[in-house]
Amino acid sequence: MIEISHVSKTFTAKENNVAAVRDVSLTIRDGEVYGIIGYSGAGKSTLVRCINFLEKPDSGSIALSGFGTVTAAEGKLYFTPEGGKGQTPLSEKKLKSLRGGIGMIFQHFNLLERNTVYENVAYTLKYSGMKKDEIRKRVLEMLDLVDLRDKIASYPSELSGGQKQRVAIARALANNPKILLSDEATSALDPGATASILSLLKDLNKRLGLTIVLITHEMAVVKEICERVAVMEDGAVVEEGLVYDVFADPKQPITRRFVESSNGMGNLQKLVEQNSTLLDKSRNSVLLRCVYGKDAVGDALISDVSRKFAVNMNIVLANVEMLQGSPLGELVVSITGESGNIDEAIAFMRNSGVRVEVIADARVA
Amino acid sequence: MPEWLENLMPNVAAYTDKFAESLSATFQMFLISGLFTFLFGGIFGILLTVTRRGGIMENPVLYQVVDKVTNVFRSIPFIILLIFLIPFTRLITGTAIGVRGAIVPLIFGATPFFTRQVEAALAGVDPGKVEAATAMGSGKAGIIFRVYLHEAVPDLIRAVTITSISLIGLTTMAGAVGAGGIGSFAINYGQNLHHQDIVNVCVIVLLIFVSLVQSIGNILAKRTTNHSLFQKKYTLQEETK
Repeated sequence: MIEISHVSKTFTAKENNVAAVRDVSLTIRDGEVYGIIGYSGAGKSTLVRCINFLEKPDSGSIALSGFGTVTAAEGKLYFTPEGGKGQTPLSEKKLKSLRGGIGMIFQHFNLLERNTVYENVAYTLKYSGMKKDEIRKRVLEMLDLVDLRDKIASYPSELSGGQKQRVAIARALANNPKILLSDEATSALDPGATASILSLLKDLNKRLGLTIVLITHEMAVVKEICERVAVMEDGAVVEEGLVYDVFADPKQPITRRFVESSNGMGNLQKLVEQNSTLLDKSRNSVLLRCVYGKDAVGDALISDVSRKFAVNMNIVLANVEMLQGSPLGELVVSITGESGNIDEAIAFMRNSGVRVEVIADARVA
Repeated sequence: MPEWLENLMPNVAAYTDKFAESLSATFQMFLISGLFTFLFGGIFGILLTVTRRGGIMENPVLYQVVDKVTNVFRSIPFIILLIFLIPFTRLITGTAIGVRGAIVPLIFGATPFFTRQVEAALAGVDPGKVEAATAMGSGKAGIIFRVYLHEAVPDLIRAVTITSISLIGLTTMAGAVGAGGIGSFAINYGQNLHHQDIVNVCVIVLLIFVSLVQSIGNILAKRTTNHSLFQKKYTLQEETK
C-alpha cells in the first residue's frame, strides 16, 4: 500500500512560486493499477516523483507497506519504521533501499545510449553483490518477460520506441520491485506500441502482483488498464474513485472533459453550438443525455419508452464502453412529443436506473 | 641525414642535436602538463556539473568559486599568465625556466579550457538519464561514473583532442620565455639567426603533430559513438555452453 497524506510541494522561483502539489492525500492499494490523470502542469509528475523522492515534498508523509513512513518537514525527510515510533532523519542508505523497491519508467525511456540492452537491464544488478552468472540469468528472465530476448546485444538507437520502453520496463523490474511508477510511459509511442505496452503492464500487474501508479493525460490509457483513477487539476486531486464510477458519473467539469475526450461525446457540444438540424428547436423537443449503468444496458429502453409514452426518440449519438469488464452505455437522444409525456418519459427512465441529463430544452413553455 | 635533405635544409642539419632536444622537450611538456590538465580539468568539470543548480550535489557556493576561478584564468592571455606565475612556479618546481618551469603555467593555462569542455560534454547528457539512475537507487559516484562520464565518452574524447591541440600551441608559447621545445628552437635558431628552413621545419613538425592528434581523436570519438570500440558482446549462445 502506498499512502500519500497531505503532501505539498511548491517550486520557488524568483518572481512567482508555483504550487505544483497541494495537500494531496491518496491511498493506492497493493496490486492495483492506479491512474493519475491531468493536463500538463497539473502536478501529476511532481506527485508521482514524491513517491520515490526524486522530488522532496515540502510537507506531508508517504507510507509504503513493507518499508515505513517518510515524513517531510522543513526541507528535511524523516523516517519512521513500519509499526515503529519516533522519527530519525532519512539516511542516504535508506533512501536508496526505498528507491530499490520502486521501479520507474519514463516518457522518453531514459535508457543509457552507450549501453547495450543487456547492460541497461543489468544496471541495478551490477555492483549489487550479485554474481555474474546470476545477473545474466536474471537479465535473460527479464528480457523474456518483455519478449525482447533476441535484442540482448542491441543498442537503444537500434530499437523502436515500443521496444525501448520494453527494455525500460525490464530494467525497472530487474531487482524485483513491488511498485512500478509510470510517468507518461506511452505518450511518446504510436497507437500500436501504446496498446502493446499497456497490455504488457496489465499482464505484469496480474502475473507479478505489481502495483502500478500510472500518470497520463490520455483518458484512453486510464480506461484501458486502471482500476481506480485520480483526476488532478492545479496541484490538487479534484476527483477520485473507481474508473467505472468516474466514467459513469463524472462530477467535476475537468473530469467530464477527459471522459468526453475519450468517447466522442465531446462532439455533442459542437453540434449544440452549431445549431445542427438534429437539434431542431422549432419542434417541441428536448435533447437528453442518458448514461446506462451495468444493469440497464441490456434493456430495450428506447422502444419501450416511445411506445409507453407516445413520444418519438431520435438517437443522435451512442456509445458503449467496456470498463473493467463492465459495459457502460451513453446515449444522446432527441425526444419529441407532448410536453407532459416527455416529462413522464424522463421520470420513467430515471426510475429504471438510467442517469438522464437534459442538455437542451426547446419546448414551448 | 641523407644528402638531398641536408641540401634542402642545411641549418636544420647543422643543429640536429638541438632539434632532437627541442622535440623531446616539447613532448615532455605536452605529456606532463596534459596529464595534470586532464586530471584537474576533469575534476573541476565534474564539480561544475554536479554542484550547479539542479545538479546531483547542488552547492551554489562551491559552484560559484570554481566557475569564477575558471573564468579568471581563462581571461588571462597565456603569455601574461606565464610571467604572472613565475614566483608561484619557482615555489613549486624550484625553477621558472626550462621544461620544469613551463609545466605549472601550462597546467594553469589549459585546465580552465578543459574544465569548460568537460562541463559542456557532461551538460550534453540528458537529465532524464540522471533521473532514471537516481530512481534506480544509484548514488552520487554511480551517477557520475556510470551515467555522466560513461554516456559522454565521445564528447569527452573530442574535448581531450581540442585541449591537446591547444596545449601544443601553449608549449610553443612557453618556449618564448625560456621553456625550450620546438617553439624556442624556431625563435632562437630560426628567426633570430635568419634560418628560414628551421622555421619551416618547425611548422611542418607541428602540423604533423596536430593532425595526428586530431585524427586519433576523430577516430576514437567515432568508434565510441557507433560502439565499435570497447564493445562487449552479449550473445544468447553463451548460455548453452
